[in-house]
Amino acid sequence: MMNERTIRRAIPLFSSKASAGFPSPADDHLESRLDVTEYLIDQADATFFAMVTGDSMRDAGLLENDIVVVDRSKKPVISNIIIAIIDGEFTIKSLGQSKSGRPILIPANPDYPIIEIKDETDFQVWGVVTGSFRRFR
Amino acid sequence: MRNIALVDVNNFYVSCERVFNPHLINKPVVVLSNNDGCAVARSNEVKKLGIGMGAPWFKFKELANQHGIVALSSNYALYADMSNRVMSILREFSPHQEVYSIDESFLDVTGFQSLNLVEYAQSMRARILQWTGLPVCVGIGSTKTLAKLANYCAKKIERFNGVCNFNSMQEEELHKLFECIPVSEVWGIGRKMAPQLEALGFNHVRALQRSDPKMMRNKFSVTMEKTIRELNGTMCIELEERHRTKQQIVSSRSFGIPVRDFSSLSESVTLYVSRAAVKLRQQASFAGSIYVYIRTSPFNEKDPFYSNGLTIPIPSPTDDTKQLVRLALWALRKIYKAGYNYQKAGVMLSELVPREGIQTSLFSDSTLLDQSGNLMMVMDSINKKMGKGSLKLASEGFRKPWKMRQENKSPCYTTNWQDLIKLESISPRNQVTKDGYLRMKNSHLPKLSSAEQAAPRLHPGIPVIARNRITSTDC
Repeated sequence: MMNERTIRRAIPLFSSKASAGFPSPADDHLESRLDVTEYLIDQADATFFAMVTGDSMRDAGLLENDIVVVDRSKKPVISNIIIAIIDGEFTIKSLGQSKSGRPILIPANPDYPIIEIKDETDFQVWGVVTGSFRRFR
Repeated sequence: MRNIALVDVNNFYVSCERVFNPHLINKPVVVLSNNDGCAVARSNEVKKLGIGMGAPWFKFKELANQHGIVALSSNYALYADMSNRVMSILREFSPHQEVYSIDESFLDVTGFQSLNLVEYAQSMRARILQWTGLPVCVGIGSTKTLAKLANYCAKKIERFNGVCNFNSMQEEELHKLFECIPVSEVWGIGRKMAPQLEALGFNHVRALQRSDPKMMRNKFSVTMEKTIRELNGTMCIELEERHRTKQQIVSSRSFGIPVRDFSSLSESVTLYVSRAAVKLRQQASFAGSIYVYIRTSPFNEKDPFYSNGLTIPIPSPTDDTKQLVRLALWALRKIYKAGYNYQKAGVMLSELVPREGIQTSLFSDSTLLDQSGNLMMVMDSINKKMGKGSLKLASEGFRKPWKMRQENKSPCYTTNWQDLIKLESISPRNQVTKDGYLRMKNSHLPKLSSAEQAAPRLHPGIPVIARNRITSTDC
């Protein structure tokens, strides 16, 4: 447990500095500090995070354990990276279109095949990937 | 005429689980209450099997096995986050909102007459479904009671397609509709009052609507009068828009295993007081009294039953965990009796007053009050940063053998970094069979019976953005 006395000492006597002399010329230029949440997220209520496993999207810069930002409010467009559900499983791939107009899911790694969505495939787009991030330590 | 909408998520807890676990789509799914006691949410498939709301799990366990029902423990962190998303999206549709429960919200859309309200409500449904994956229904009426009833119709009657607007229907049509709805479905009537009304000949909503409100007030209560007036389109219950500060804070749980000794009970009571105190400080209130209760299981016929509670007034209202715990444990000592298998304990803080303008008692030391406030502030901020329970009173204990039983809880997909959805790296070349079909690992929870292994079909409520051909959908 922390000692009560240390805590009391940590509380400043005045909550704001008394101003004396010239006002700071920087006051007119106050802007809020850069915020990574604001950078990554457009529509917070529709945004979810998911974790990449495996290396099927390696060449798109998405590695194992990377966290992707998924925005469900965005309309999926050809060439978008998307989260799809195929036969009940989540997967991350690029959305493409075959010559016959069917959706195809394109991995970003030559070791993986392109998945063509067949009539019997249960397929839906769960959300559009709008960004990713990872921590090193 | 007012236009009040009630938006309500269908089978909310089950729907939340399905968003993050597609294997549950089209399967019979129940969500169980704390300690996996009874069914608190049921998918339509489960409702069809005749399992009622609140049915105790041990009673339908066998039926569940037979039909491959997936039973999940409740995951309140997930439901609360999904609820916040839905409520926040709805706020964009009207500035006048009353969040009525975790999955229901009233919206005043009176100012939107120029719009086609049914279309407007359909756009709410579409957006919530697209953004969160949750299916909702919307009922619109000229009072809250009628909006609730319209929501019931939107849910039960297929032709409404999820939106029912009483205000755009002819009176005759409405009367006919009301003749088919039992009185138990009226907001505020409930299962207890319904048999009394039916005994008096009010077999459907139309009969109740036509009754004399004054007479019914004498027979029943003022609430009944209001209900009848509301059924006739007179607004008696206004929207409660502002988030009211709570008048009491309750923290209670059932134990995972029965508890007999005083020290385990006091650990749990300390934890509940600590939680309640955090909420108390969050809303900047002080508690003027504290109530502690304990009881054994009312369902266990073998063991003797015991239940007792005690309220203690607090002379100088406080929000200090230490002080509240001391009072609670004092009360617990008074009501505790050895030799019983306790199954539940709880505390309630009441007579809440705002922190500002607090009346200190003649004998209280105001510098002491400051001191405890600072300590509590530090405690809350450490627990916020380092995780719940990082810093706590020693009397809360460390082992907690009595802690809640949650055997099949889904991950906290939206509130815990460790629990995110895993994007399976399915489909490397070697897993593709000759016909080009992919073999996938079924790695998700929970194990399903063989009857359930059949290929899952699409959830009717989830939009198929692309199937066979790429089509665009509006969101």
